[in-house]
Amino acid sequence: MDWQTLAARLFTADHGLTAQGDFISGTVSFEGEPLTVIGTTNHAPIGVELALAQARVILDTIERHAGRSILILIDTQGQQLRRRDELLGINRAMAHLGMCIDLARRRGHVVIGLVYDQALSGGFITSGLIADACYALPEAEIRVMRLPAMARITKLAPELLESLSQANPVFAPGVENYVAMGGVRGLWRDDLAGDLRVALAGSPTVDERARDGAARGGRRLAADVVRRVLDAA
Amino acid sequence: MISYAEASARERLALLFDAGSLREWLPPAERLTSPHLAQLGVPCAFDDGVVIGRATLSGRLVFVAAQEGAFMGGGVGEVHGAKLVGLLQRALRDRPDAVLLLADSGGVRLHEANAGLIAVSEVMRALLDVRAAGIPVIVLIGSNNGCFGGMGIVARCADHVVMSDIGRLAMSGPEVIEASHGVEEFDARDRALVWRTTGGKHRWLTGDCDALVEDDVAAFRSAAIESLDTRRPLTLDALQAEHRQLASRLALLPAGLDGETEAITLWQRLGVSEPVRVPALDVDAVRALRTA
Repeated sequence: MDWQTLAARLFTADHGLTAQGDFISGTVSFEGEPLTVIGTTNHAPIGVELALAQARVILDTIERHAGRSILILIDTQGQQLRRRDELLGINRAMAHLGMCIDLARRRGHVVIGLVYDQALSGGFITSGLIADACYALPEAEIRVMRLPAMARITKLAPELLESLSQANPVFAPGVENYVAMGGVRGLWRDDLAGDLRVALAGSPTVDERARDGAARGGRRLAADVVRRVLDAA
Repeated sequence: MISYAEASARERLALLFDAGSLREWLPPAERLTSPHLAQLGVPCAFDDGVVIGRATLSGRLVFVAAQEGAFMGGGVGEVHGAKLVGLLQRALRDRPDAVLLLADSGGVRLHEANAGLIAVSEVMRALLDVRAAGIPVIVLIGSNNGCFGGMGIVARCADHVVMSDIGRLAMSGPEVIEASHGVEEFDARDRALVWRTTGGKHRWLTGDCDALVEDDVAAFRSAAIESLDTRRPLTLDALQAEHRQLASRLALLPAGLDGETEAITLWQRLGVSEPVRVPALDVDAVRALRTA
């Protein structure tokens, strides 16, 4: 779904959000309350500049609008794969974005992520995966890497990965797998505005993803391992 | 002088912390392995590539984690990540003087990609919880393997980063960038270029690491002891200052420079005199060059 259609369905056709290049931002009125929206489009690679642009809006929201909720619209091919960005410390810029979102959460802003097109690796860790909760549209795609590339790098047979991916959510792209593993809290199917309303009112503020992954059967060990570390003599 | 880069994770722990002080949690005897590798025909490790526990450093209680780069490049899988999260949650409960993370990782373990990606984000959140409680988190980087991907982000979420000159800290590896945009973009075999772009000296000059040390376990130990009380509370003011610094750095570096001149131009604009000499200088000399 393109971001304009998404915004019209979440809000109204005159939502007021704008895109500058691949960067979406603005303040919308949702159910009578102002809501900060940031995001990216066109499968944007997240480089230093785009990470800082998003962080800027988060910091401004914290500074000027105590408690205002924040929605992150996610469509990214992952981190920018350029030497210049590495030299500039892209990992630091992305950590900064993540820490800005984390600070917003700690200061009482509800932060919701929505993967509406695609989400990959580094671009996802410091957006949806560090929000209070992340949701996705059913047709969205979330992955670390495509299976053929994964096969090449791990030197495993593509057929093996393909067949394992049918039964094991760990390998395969797909929003359902991320739901099963607890990384995505749920899918927004029809009433997007209704789903946003529910998410803003009732998303957890503590990290429940390992527990969700165990309960949903997609990530059976993580929560148990954490508990064992806590209990170890 | 014992090379930190050449040491294994367990050797680093044994040499860095007070002798015999390490108490490991979920040690190899418990045979806690990845549930995903066997069906791929890939060998497991009984610690899943990371050692966690408590130790003392100069007599003070610290919680520690050391990743083993020799096992799957130190990649973070479901169990590996959960051990780190457990350690951080335990730190939040038990309040040690600090948490030290000996990072040695290519990032998410591709063999369990989705679980690894979520795990890295859980590590980030747990780490930031520990910092918010006022317990310093210190990251040491000096392996041959470096600190990349999601772990490169995690490292920059810490209070304090110690690096050796041969250590590397970045997001994407040079090979990945070369594969994606060609050898003209990043020649992964050009070692000088790789170190100018990601190495300890560069990270020191930009302030991406807080201490630059020799490739020597004793030097890492001294730097770790000195950093034990380094707390950098994540306040709005602190993040505004960080933002200004990153934005001004971005403005300092013109786009379109080639690999020969790019790093040197940035160093020069950061105020480093005779930046072309940096790669040939020893650690002491580079340490003296930092301007801010």
